[in-house]
Amino acid sequence: MTTDKTPDTPMRRRPALLTVLSEIRVIIGALFCVYGVIVGVAGLFDSKAELDKAQGVNINLWTGLAMLVFGAAFLLWAYLRPARRAEDGS
Amino acid sequence: MGTVADGLRLQVNGLDYLLLALYFGTVLGIGFIARMTVRTSSDFFLSGRSLPAWITGLAFLSANLGATEILGMAANGAQYGAMTVHYYWIGAVPAMVFLGIVMMPFYYRSGVHSVPEFLRRRFNRPTQQLNAVTFAVAQVLIAGINLYALALVMRALLGWPLPPAIVVAAAFVLAYITLGGLSSAIYNEVLQFFVILAGLVPLTVLGLIKVGGPSGLAEKIRASSLGEGGLHAWHGTGVGSENPMAANWIGIIFGLGFVLSFGYWTTNFAEVQRGLSARNTNAARLTPIVAAYPKLMIPAVTVIPGMIALVLFPQLGKANDYNDAIPLLMNDLLPSGVLGIALTGLIASFMAGMAANVSGFNTVFTYDLWKANVAKDRPDAYYIKVGRWVTVAGVAGGIGTAFIAAGFSNIMNYMQSLFAFFNAPLFATFIVGLFWRRMTPWAGFWGLLAGTLSAMASYVLYKAGVLDFGTDLNSSFWGAGIAFVVDVAVSVAVTFMTAPKPATELAGLVRGIKSDDLVDDSIAGDKAWFRSPVVLGVGALALGAALYLPLL
Repeated sequence: MTTDKTPDTPMRRRPALLTVLSEIRVIIGALFCVYGVIVGVAGLFDSKAELDKAQGVNINLWTGLAMLVFGAAFLLWAYLRPARRAEDGS
Repeated sequence: MGTVADGLRLQVNGLDYLLLALYFGTVLGIGFIARMTVRTSSDFFLSGRSLPAWITGLAFLSANLGATEILGMAANGAQYGAMTVHYYWIGAVPAMVFLGIVMMPFYYRSGVHSVPEFLRRRFNRPTQQLNAVTFAVAQVLIAGINLYALALVMRALLGWPLPPAIVVAAAFVLAYITLGGLSSAIYNEVLQFFVILAGLVPLTVLGLIKVGGPSGLAEKIRASSLGEGGLHAWHGTGVGSENPMAANWIGIIFGLGFVLSFGYWTTNFAEVQRGLSARNTNAARLTPIVAAYPKLMIPAVTVIPGMIALVLFPQLGKANDYNDAIPLLMNDLLPSGVLGIALTGLIASFMAGMAANVSGFNTVFTYDLWKANVAKDRPDAYYIKVGRWVTVAGVAGGIGTAFIAAGFSNIMNYMQSLFAFFNAPLFATFIVGLFWRRMTPWAGFWGLLAGTLSAMASYVLYKAGVLDFGTDLNSSFWGAGIAFVVDVAVSVAVTFMTAPKPATELAGLVRGIKSDDLVDDSIAGDKAWFRSPVVLGVGALALGAALYLPLL
């Protein structure tokens, strides 16, 4: 099985892979931003009954804001520190 | 599982379904993106060994954050109180740190694809085949149990009938694993980790507000059926004393903390595989250690909600099963919106558990059973194709066992914990084999076989009433202990009767025999103290010990 023993697969030209490797941060960031906006906006329109259910806390608004901040942080991270597999090991 | 009662129907509306649909759309999208990156079998089965430690670490954590973890640990929190933290702080973190510091270098540097392949290189083919077959069978059965548990939750919470729920969930897992292999599984595990937190954190916060904060919770727990004992982790664990778990410190430290936990975390391939997909030795070693930190904190969003549920719902443990703790709280506290997030996280965590079983199964089946016995030396693309078909077979098998599980939910439940203690003999074989170079190939085989058989025997004798261990929990501690001791004894005895491998064949597989072709694969920044497995590992242990202080 030694033929498969290629941990350092030589750099094949795979720009798609390079993008995708950083992509998980973009995916997390994007999903959380979308979730944050949807849930946060829902919070703005929550009825009295829904607020009472959540102990008077506008939990949708707060969770939405938190998810938005979290998602934005991931997008920012991916933007500021793009994956650089090519240079690794230098 | 198997017991989330009907009548817990959540008040979900279109908004919640929209959030759920967005998640599933993302999951499939990840599958398609990952599909484009799969070129070699190493990409499919090991994510091309390219991932950084934070990704593999979170995936390592999520692979275990399935059904047993969230609903089960909340149930334990309601049933046993604060003692449940032992499952995390003694029962997981030390073993994870040990895996990262001591064992991962052997796994990763030997370049193996799987735990059975490591056994072949250290011992011989029969050992590999024995472990591969046990593992493959166990993974399909556990995948079925996970699938069945998921379908039960979907039926209870959403009112979906069982058969379509089983098939729909299986179809999603099938789609993203066949498309993208391990990368898909890992990316989804990371995503799922954050979504489940986004659901559980608001739930815990609202629950705490409702019971009057931490002090209110403590006061109400004292007044509950758990009493003062529900607030302490070590109180009453002396031999012969009383505590809610009916376990003494010997059982907790040696049974749970050593044999069961080290067996599970260090040799379970569905976990170890996440480390093998890391980009270099340092990232592989950091994988379980990065996972240890969130693992220390997870009781805050599982055990605490369980305890909150106990004081809010007096029917828990009576009319309702303890497993209903989280669903009851969701229904009581979360409005549409956050409710959809929590529901999505819960369903995603079941699917992640199943995906971990399936991705472990397809690797072991393809490499250790198919490639080793049926079709050697085929082109690489052939094995990707086999891997995809094996995934289909594994998911189909999981659907089959899910329907079997539907018939015997109690037996299947217990089988899952039974497999956990099959890991105990495997751990014994590893630990002797890694540290004692004289241990012979056949000692590996006979030790593992004898250990596994004695684990099964102790289970059968307990069920038949011949051996009396008191509780199921206690019987699994003892079963694991017996299996461990038998394995070591047989391994030592057989070693003195058979010939060892020459030292040259053991390079890099045994402690003390360095491999000649050991390349330094570290990358810039690996030398920093905050990327040192030893520093971070010791830090995790110290933090775990410190967390116990308020619960003494």
